[in-house]
Amino acid sequence: MSALPLEGVVVLEFCQYLSGPSAGLRLADLGARVIKIESPKGDACRKLAIENLWMDEDDSLLFHTINRNKESFTANLKDESDITIIKKLIKRAGVVMHNFRPGVMQKLGLGYEDMQSINPAIVYTEISGYGDGGPWVKKPGQDLLLQAKSGLMFTSGNFDDPPVPFGLAIGDILCGAQAVQGILAALVHKEQTGEGALLQLSLLESLLDFQFELLTTYYASGKIPERSKANNGNPLLGAPYGLHRTLDGYIAIAMVNIELLAEVLECDPLKAFTQSDVFDSRDEIKQTLADHLKIRPSEYWLMKLREKDLWAMEVMDWNQLRESEGYQALEMEMALDAQKSFVTTRCPIRMDGKKLISRRAAPLLGADTDRIITEFGLK
Amino acid sequence: MELLKDILVIDFSQFLSGPSASLRLADLGARVIKVEKPGQGDICRQLYVSNVEIDGESTIFHAINRNKESYTADLKNPDDLSTIKKLIAQADVVMHNFRPGVMERLGLSYEVVRDLKPSIIYAEISGYGTEGSFKDLPGQDLLLQAISGLPYLNNNADRPPTPMGVAVVDILAGTHCAQGILAALYKKTKTGEGSLVQVSMLESALDFQFEVLSCFLNDGQLLPQRSKVNHAHAYVAAPYGVYRTEDGYLALAMGDILFLGELLDCPDLAVFSERKDWFDRRDEIKLVLAKHLSTNTTEHWLLKLEPADIWCAEVLNYAELLQQEGYKGLGMEIIVKTSSGKEVKTTRCPIKVNGRALKSSIGAPGLGFDTEAINKEFQI
Repeated sequence: MSALPLEGVVVLEFCQYLSGPSAGLRLADLGARVIKIESPKGDACRKLAIENLWMDEDDSLLFHTINRNKESFTANLKDESDITIIKKLIKRAGVVMHNFRPGVMQKLGLGYEDMQSINPAIVYTEISGYGDGGPWVKKPGQDLLLQAKSGLMFTSGNFDDPPVPFGLAIGDILCGAQAVQGILAALVHKEQTGEGALLQLSLLESLLDFQFELLTTYYASGKIPERSKANNGNPLLGAPYGLHRTLDGYIAIAMVNIELLAEVLECDPLKAFTQSDVFDSRDEIKQTLADHLKIRPSEYWLMKLREKDLWAMEVMDWNQLRESEGYQALEMEMALDAQKSFVTTRCPIRMDGKKLISRRAAPLLGADTDRIITEFGLK
Repeated sequence: MELLKDILVIDFSQFLSGPSASLRLADLGARVIKVEKPGQGDICRQLYVSNVEIDGESTIFHAINRNKESYTADLKNPDDLSTIKKLIAQADVVMHNFRPGVMERLGLSYEVVRDLKPSIIYAEISGYGTEGSFKDLPGQDLLLQAISGLPYLNNNADRPPTPMGVAVVDILAGTHCAQGILAALYKKTKTGEGSLVQVSMLESALDFQFEVLSCFLNDGQLLPQRSKVNHAHAYVAAPYGVYRTEDGYLALAMGDILFLGELLDCPDLAVFSERKDWFDRRDEIKLVLAKHLSTNTTEHWLLKLEPADIWCAEVLNYAELLQQEGYKGLGMEIIVKTSSGKEVKTTRCPIKVNGRALKSSIGAPGLGFDTEAINKEFQI
């Protein structure tokens, strides 16, 4: 196999939890060498278990999921001799990233200017919750809180539901993904010109960017896009867009011409509506459709819809998905080389037709400190 | 600062997944030429995706395609195809999001394009990958949410599976595609070699769930259990959720239940003394909290919680958000001008480079607006 694209790039990750570490994980899967710089207590995520699941007595399963394929280097950033060592390491790095609250790295003497003076071509990346100024600068940059502040909770669920959060850390994931894009673009620029760059991202800006279609529509109309009363799929979209209950489950129907839909599903009451009604009569159309779809099983409807290549799909849970041949063909699961068996998902990007598989498990706290000190001659 | 200065991207993609990737490349300094079908163009120009229009096209099209050029070509016409090939020969990146097999039938497969330009980066986004029984299904966001299990993570347990109300799979597949392209550009800059980058919406939707899927895969395939009340995350303990107050809603993230009980003067929480209970008995805890928090205003609770560094926030809608200093100070809004001169307000790129926000004032192009200029410039 040809070399991974980021072979030779050294990334120092001064990050905890998910936003920064998910970026570090992607860079590692693309071939970079990612060294986590941890305090002697370690990334707080080591102690953050979800569903009370632990990998071993020290580390949560969550930490292992996010931090595979990395090395761990411990340093006390408040100790001068450790800072001296870290600065020597910075000299050898291509990328530095951190997700401390604004001002913390500067206080430690590890701000962009400090690092630039050590390594002028460094690509320095900082992730914050709300940007580096303004009244929210000191607020905790936690995913659910950013979802709350960014308007996102009024996009999912139905009109009469309370605000409904996304059930995953969407702000962390998106901000991490945007950070990867910035870092890679800066690495291209560095390779061309020898110059480094400062990259700044926040969860809030990433979540606003995520809602760019909704916000652009809101700026133009002055009306907040509203969730539909029944079966909301996306507040911007007209009927029939949403998930609909059938006799034995649920099906998704995306953008489909409503007149064609009435015909294909043999739904007479739906024939009262035309395509020009899909926004103004969105709720009535969806209710009419809901009453019709619940009388027969998903399979029956899907057969009719797929015959015409209309956009529809059964709603599956993970067990149903894993049993499908289409899922199995992707080979998305990979087992790691860990003492305890551990299966996780691989990088979703394929390069030159090959899946990017790395079976290296997450490091124990400080597992690589001594080796890195020797390798880079840090002491 | 244009990090991707002099990078030329030829984008054959439609709708959102591919175009959102090329938008980000454009923001970072690349030149993006959108190749569209004469007459119709990107289906996103016309498809009824929003009832708010600018220049007769949906607001969504304008948001996604600002800062790009539009070139029309009928890929089924041999003359147009040979012109496009000449353009590709001068490009760095080619990208598309057709269903598997379409580019091959058009005579623009990776092998053909690589012969035209050996150092090309060829990126494709499919719905479900190029192998397996799903490959010919339509790759649309809601359908991918439906098949990937995402709707079972949102909303309370007694509510039906609830999709995420933003096209999250399109957007994530777009970011993954941009990541692959950028990593390949780095490699090309170093070695001169091109790459094939492939992303599918299904793999992106699974990657999005990597934390919770890893729990599921290693914990006896137990399906996610949503909270019965105040649900926010199937795998996270109380108090994680959104709570109604007397005058609005309050989001509460991870926190120590006993400390919360003291702080909020809610003695009923004291019985949940075991840390393990905070997950195992989270519905009971949330019910107690919900009842208590409904008795006073959001402001009242924030004044108690924030000074103690409890992770909490008021829930805002767009109208409320836009009034906040914390929003205004970001300067997230930009005005762009479409090729017909119309001004459109939209959001900028979320990445700041060397302390500056990336703000381009170029709006979305009219269909084929740049065709002639590009023909001349590239002598094709």
